[in-house]
Amino acid sequence: MAKLVKNAAGRMVPVAINENAATPYAGVGKYVPTGRKVGTLIRSAADYPSDGDKRTETIKQALINAGLKDGMTISTHHHLRNGDYVANAVFAAAAELGVKDLRWFPSASFPCHAGMIEHMENGVIHHIEGSMNGPLGDYCTAGKMRGMAVLRSHGGRYQAVQDGEVHIDIAVIAAPTADPFGNATGDRGPTACGLLGFALADSEYADHVIAVTDNLVPFPCVPWQIQGNNVDQVVVMDSIGDASKIISGTTQITKSPDRLLIAELTARFCDEAGIVQNGFSFQAGAGGTALSFALFLRDMMRERKIKARFVRGGSTQYLVDMLEEGLTDYILDGQTFDLEGVRSMRENSGHVNTSPFTSYNWHGKGNFASMLDAVVLGATEVDVNFNANVVTHSDGRLLHGIGGWQNCLASKCTILPIPSFRDRIPVVVDSVTTLCGPGELVDVIVTERGIAINPLRRDLLERLQGSSLPIRPIGEIKAEVEDICGGAAAKPDLSDEVVAAIKWVDGTVIDCVRQIR
Amino acid sequence: MASTGWAGQRGGRVRSDCWVQVELQESGGVTVELQSKVAGMFGDRIVEAVVQGCASLGVTNAKVTVEDKGALPFTIAARLETAVRRSGHEVAAPLLLPMNKKDASVSAPDRLRRSRLYLPGNEPKFYVNAGLHYPDGIILDLEDSVAPAEKDAARCLVRNALRAVDFYGAERMVRINQGSQGIEDLDWVVPHGVHLILIPKVEEPAQVVEVDRRIQEILAKSGQSGVVHLMPIIESALGAWQAYEIGKASPKVVGLAIGLEDYTADIGAQRTLAGTESFWARAQVLNGARAAGVQPIDTVFSDVTDMVGLRESVREAKGLGFVGKGCIHPRQINEVHEAFAPDEAEIDKATRIVLAFEQAEAKGLGVVSLGSKMIDAPVVKRAVALVEQAILVGKLSEQWRDELSGDMPGARRGGKMNEKGGV
Repeated sequence: MAKLVKNAAGRMVPVAINENAATPYAGVGKYVPTGRKVGTLIRSAADYPSDGDKRTETIKQALINAGLKDGMTISTHHHLRNGDYVANAVFAAAAELGVKDLRWFPSASFPCHAGMIEHMENGVIHHIEGSMNGPLGDYCTAGKMRGMAVLRSHGGRYQAVQDGEVHIDIAVIAAPTADPFGNATGDRGPTACGLLGFALADSEYADHVIAVTDNLVPFPCVPWQIQGNNVDQVVVMDSIGDASKIISGTTQITKSPDRLLIAELTARFCDEAGIVQNGFSFQAGAGGTALSFALFLRDMMRERKIKARFVRGGSTQYLVDMLEEGLTDYILDGQTFDLEGVRSMRENSGHVNTSPFTSYNWHGKGNFASMLDAVVLGATEVDVNFNANVVTHSDGRLLHGIGGWQNCLASKCTILPIPSFRDRIPVVVDSVTTLCGPGELVDVIVTERGIAINPLRRDLLERLQGSSLPIRPIGEIKAEVEDICGGAAAKPDLSDEVVAAIKWVDGTVIDCVRQIR
Repeated sequence: MASTGWAGQRGGRVRSDCWVQVELQESGGVTVELQSKVAGMFGDRIVEAVVQGCASLGVTNAKVTVEDKGALPFTIAARLETAVRRSGHEVAAPLLLPMNKKDASVSAPDRLRRSRLYLPGNEPKFYVNAGLHYPDGIILDLEDSVAPAEKDAARCLVRNALRAVDFYGAERMVRINQGSQGIEDLDWVVPHGVHLILIPKVEEPAQVVEVDRRIQEILAKSGQSGVVHLMPIIESALGAWQAYEIGKASPKVVGLAIGLEDYTADIGAQRTLAGTESFWARAQVLNGARAAGVQPIDTVFSDVTDMVGLRESVREAKGLGFVGKGCIHPRQINEVHEAFAPDEAEIDKATRIVLAFEQAEAKGLGVVSLGSKMIDAPVVKRAVALVEQAILVGKLSEQWRDELSGDMPGARRGGKMNEKGGV
């Protein structure tokens, strides 16, 4: 059993993860590492084909060329989301080669990766460090994975690569368009997904980089998002993904009157808090409520002729409309959620592709997230101290990755629009099942039953005094919801076995997930 | 003898409801088999509620199966009671939940009834959040939205909702069924905090009288004071013809509503967007209601996606003299309230009339004039009402007199913005 220690948030966390020492969370901004970032192997251009043609026939051959062996770390990326074929092809090839005990280091996993369970069962994969949803999440929380899972934010993944916490042996980058030299882009090709920002760190820091494409163009692939100078091999396969599933399933405006109410209250809050003014910025992801919020905001901006300086995506058709209508100067996009987003990124110089390095990285000289005037995020649970959970359900099961969620908490105003309960399960609780975001960074909770402002934000409380918005203490909302649901939900029956570590943005351990009995 | 009964909804798409089956047994006590998506978090409490519920209902030996999709306690209780009743067991006492003390709203004959949100009687998932959209009234419907075979289940669920659910100050309305079934419905709702009964398809004053009489009997029997208001719905040529008499049928009548789907069928016309075919009936109901001293209430606007059309429709209704509109989706409520709210020009004129009246009164003048125009008493009365409504919906400051007499052009909008209509 893992040895545990109490961290600064009062959570018991393991002192070692898969036999490597881990640092417990020390508080927001408290952990200050020193030293130098990791270096990469020295390369010589002479070792690469002078005609620039780095093609290899198959993924299997490329893995052999890369020197794949037991215990290595292979990274893949989620630009193709639930339509990705590449990660599955890589581990199928590794299985054929009889390799064991690999660490899979995806930027995120999706239900299409359920086949990895078999690779874990037969020993090819030792454990996963990345988001785990659906079947993978259930497999992990059932305690069936051999190693401990590690969940990191997008920024935390960059941090882990840069400070050497995770060494990537082989990075395999799915590239919707590439040339034989390895220059690659995601904004065109039959499997276009927009941008390849999540693969940037891997392309720079991995020992060996393989680009896999189904749309090879003669050199040069312009513009390139991944530089061929970082790529070792290029593999062409028939199809790298199912284009129809690349589009996020969560880009529909909600029709639920209660979610619309939450979105509307969120927009009105932003207005009354003085956030919506010329030159402001905001980030709202996909997901029905966030999209509806953006639309309410858009109407407000239109009516008052207010223009944003930039909005941060996940971009969708709705953000693209705002850009084209002149309601914002820029979209600084982290990933495109629909084909309109892809088109706009390709055609509009105001639609800029960004990466976890620019947006979220802890080891950068600042990042974009903290400059945002407001971000709107989801959560599975929040507690009376505004601590929030985004990875587990109240029954203890892992069901979401962290994504950019933790990184976005750094914004000037972090707003969580969430229903006060789901299926009789209160969302506002005494203590979150898994701590992902410290309460001091969560400013506002918007539910259909009222808006709770973090008491630490006296400025917001003062500003909203006398507002007609339903501003209420969070405890009052919690009490009302428990009254409706017939009390608080019983806590899940968890064993002492730690199955996953939850990292904070700086690489420390903020909480862990336990096996469900 | 039927010894098995079931109630509720099951299947993949169901949420906030449950399916309960009760098999009466000769012995063995009450056993509960539960399948629930919230089993780990509420399973013990669900089983306990079922066991205690059975005891209250007088069921001592039964096998109870529950398939739960996150139903709230008032729903589980209703489904259990209906299943027990359907099993043929005569219940010892109904399974009543405590009355919700937080929603202590009271009704009044002349309260605002701009919006009434219809909720299907047998669909619990809409109940607990309906009041958050702040309609003036919420209609728990036992009539058209409930399948004939589910009337008993809907009665039980509506009764429980009336007792347990906080509607956040909305007037609690129930639309009963037609005829004798509707009279029986009253037993299930009148003692449980209903404010207003909508009576469908009213063609004769006697129908209203019968409902009123039965309500008085039930109230007397249960020892309750208080008034249950009535709103007859006119849905036929004969009903429209007798609108005034129906409006006068009982002092409990507070409004007359018109329902156009059935009406157009009754006169053999197609319902059109322009609505010329129903214009006479609407005008007749409106005048009948006004003549009887009650509120004229317009039909529903049934295209939930067309907000522009809704707004125009409410403006037209307001222009004709109607004071309320039916809503079938919560997003319609705000639009309806805004469209019924007095506009800037109306408020401006009304405030000037009220000021002129008050000045004339102060000077002891018998005649009120504004500019070169004489102002009649009914006009003053209407202006006073409009000013009151403008204050209520936040379009006019309560201190408008000070602000206006100080000659401040910005007197309006000074009020606390309250889009919810101030209730």
